[in-house]
Amino acid sequence: MPHAHSSALAHQFDSLEQQKESATLGMWFFLVQEVLFFGGLFLTYMLYRWRDPTAFAAGSHELDILLGGFNTVVLIASSLTMAMAVHSAQTDERKKLVGYLVATGSLGIVFLIVKYFEYSAKWHHHLIPGANFHFEGVVGGRAELFFSLYFAMTGMHALHMVIGVAVLLWILKRARAGEFGSHYYNPVECFGLYWHFVDIVWIFLFPMLYLIGRHYHGGA
Amino acid sequence: MSGHHVVPVKIYLAIFGALMAFTAITVAVAFVDLGPLNNVVMLAIAVVKATLVVLFFMHVKYSTRLIPLVAAVGFMWLLILFGLTMSDYLSRGWLGAGAPWPAPWSN
Repeated sequence: MPHAHSSALAHQFDSLEQQKESATLGMWFFLVQEVLFFGGLFLTYMLYRWRDPTAFAAGSHELDILLGGFNTVVLIASSLTMAMAVHSAQTDERKKLVGYLVATGSLGIVFLIVKYFEYSAKWHHHLIPGANFHFEGVVGGRAELFFSLYFAMTGMHALHMVIGVAVLLWILKRARAGEFGSHYYNPVECFGLYWHFVDIVWIFLFPMLYLIGRHYHGGA
Repeated sequence: MSGHHVVPVKIYLAIFGALMAFTAITVAVAFVDLGPLNNVVMLAIAVVKATLVVLFFMHVKYSTRLIPLVAAVGFMWLLILFGLTMSDYLSRGWLGAGAPWPAPWSN
């Protein structure tokens, strides 16, 4: 046994390095599947926007760029705190690990609260696709497709955030119990990969949904 | 390089700063009318930001070569998804079979 902390080593692995490599590799396979899952949504967005760019610009014009931008900053900051959480585990700073995990989860919750206010504003403005959808302006009902994709894409992203926060609570509980340190932090590392992936999805969603309507001046 | 590479904190802070700067740039550029170039700039900045996150926050730069290979393969599948679908849609009108794609709405 090359390592002193063998209690963290599952019996099917030769070493902690091999165990960590396997966990990371498995997580990446999962993320590749996630890339293709979101890829389908991005492809749908691209095709329909190509079909009707004016309606997409008009719909995008209704989104709040300040709230979207604020959430972008919040998510990137949460990625930094998540990276710092992994760093703290690697350097055996367990109090910092707990602190950074709490910060990451809190920023995730801030993101979801802002998203809630954005969604409820859309509800009040009749921008939820369906029988009550009503869009002022020249493009009229053609904007419904943009909002369908807006809710599908940001909704799937928000669902990933909710799942992320739930898993984070579990990681946090184990971190508080002192389970993680430089000898073993695979769950923190793998959760971090998931969290950063969700951040990357937003990095693409923000410009594609919020920023494309800045030059729309109400024409057809 | 084993999986236990500890990335210095100042690298994380530098990456965070770069991500913030690119976010500010992409918002600023969105308010300038560059025509079709707006999309190009917007996507290029998003790709750069995503690459920074993957390489540094997700430790791909410091991992064994297996991980970047799997990440790249995922990107290849995405290219196949987009490439095959777009080659279909872009070529539909070539054979003179009428409208390449009916409008998704009815009016």
